[in-house]
Amino acid sequence: MNRRTLVTVLLVLGVVALFAVPLIAGGPAEYTGTDNQATTVILQQDPGYRPWFSSVIPPLSPSVESGLFAVQAALGGGVLGYVLGRLRGRRAVRESGSATLPGTEPQ
Amino acid sequence: MHIAEGFLPPAHAIGWTVAAAPFVVHGARAVVREVRENPESTLLLGAAGAFTFVLSAIKLPSVTGSSSHPTGTGAGAILFRPPVMALLGTVVLLFQALLLAHGGLTTLGANAFSMAIVGPWAGYGAYRLTRGLGGGLLPGVFAGMAVADLATYVTTSLQLALAFPDASSGFAGAAAKFLGVFAITQIPLAIGEGLLGVLLFRVLTVNARPELERLGVLKS
Repeated sequence: MNRRTLVTVLLVLGVVALFAVPLIAGGPAEYTGTDNQATTVILQQDPGYRPWFSSVIPPLSPSVESGLFAVQAALGGGVLGYVLGRLRGRRAVRESGSATLPGTEPQ
Repeated sequence: MHIAEGFLPPAHAIGWTVAAAPFVVHGARAVVREVRENPESTLLLGAAGAFTFVLSAIKLPSVTGSSSHPTGTGAGAILFRPPVMALLGTVVLLFQALLLAHGGLTTLGANAFSMAIVGPWAGYGAYRLTRGLGGGLLPGVFAGMAVADLATYVTTSLQLALAFPDASSGFAGAAAKFLGVFAITQIPLAIGEGLLGVLLFRVLTVNARPELERLGVLKS
């Protein structure tokens, strides 16, 4: 394994470890979203506060909501993968073009 | 950092919308200008937008027992300067407000101000500072990505403290409470986002070297 690959693997492992460790070591924590916790704190600060506008779409069931978040991630991941793939392909074409002059390709 | 729909009093909602609007309009013009003058930038612009799109969709667990999401706005700010992210970040927030019931239209201005304006500028500042002090591209990217993430959540905390000051300890006391919710949870996420940014830029330096040189991120 060359050094560049090793660094890539270590970076990926670092990211995975950052989020796997709290899950494994965290015990019974529920991992409430901070956005929801902030709403709770707002209502502690001002128990009389009532939201004056509600979401344009009706409340979603948790599974539908996580599905929509997955769609968002998939859209972003798809576009990112497409761009990186195109850039990589472009480099491959350029390198093969400059490495072998026309008519001198190895037989 | 998504303040929920209707959870900012009307005066604050309007105030943040008015404050964010010029940045978003300026950002939209920056995107149009970039695409018109450098059509070859379109691919990388797409990558920057897509990166924010993916990262802000993912809720990650943190050591505090809460979960939160990264923002991914640092990458585009480093590549194309922060104004571009004012538009791209706001598009992501609008998508989430309209289709995912996450965040909201009345809080779009405040959320855009933290995630699409303060985050990218703070991250870009950290990137430039690191480079100015002699740091390489990748340390700069790490700092820029992590600071963009953290600064976004600190801004949200301050926005909420302004709107809901503590009865006894005022703005400062409320800020401490909201920072308690957001800031510590966000630290491991910011580090993770920094590492993901380094991974992305390692790929880009190999495969998009001409673009990075033209954008001044790499020396030609």
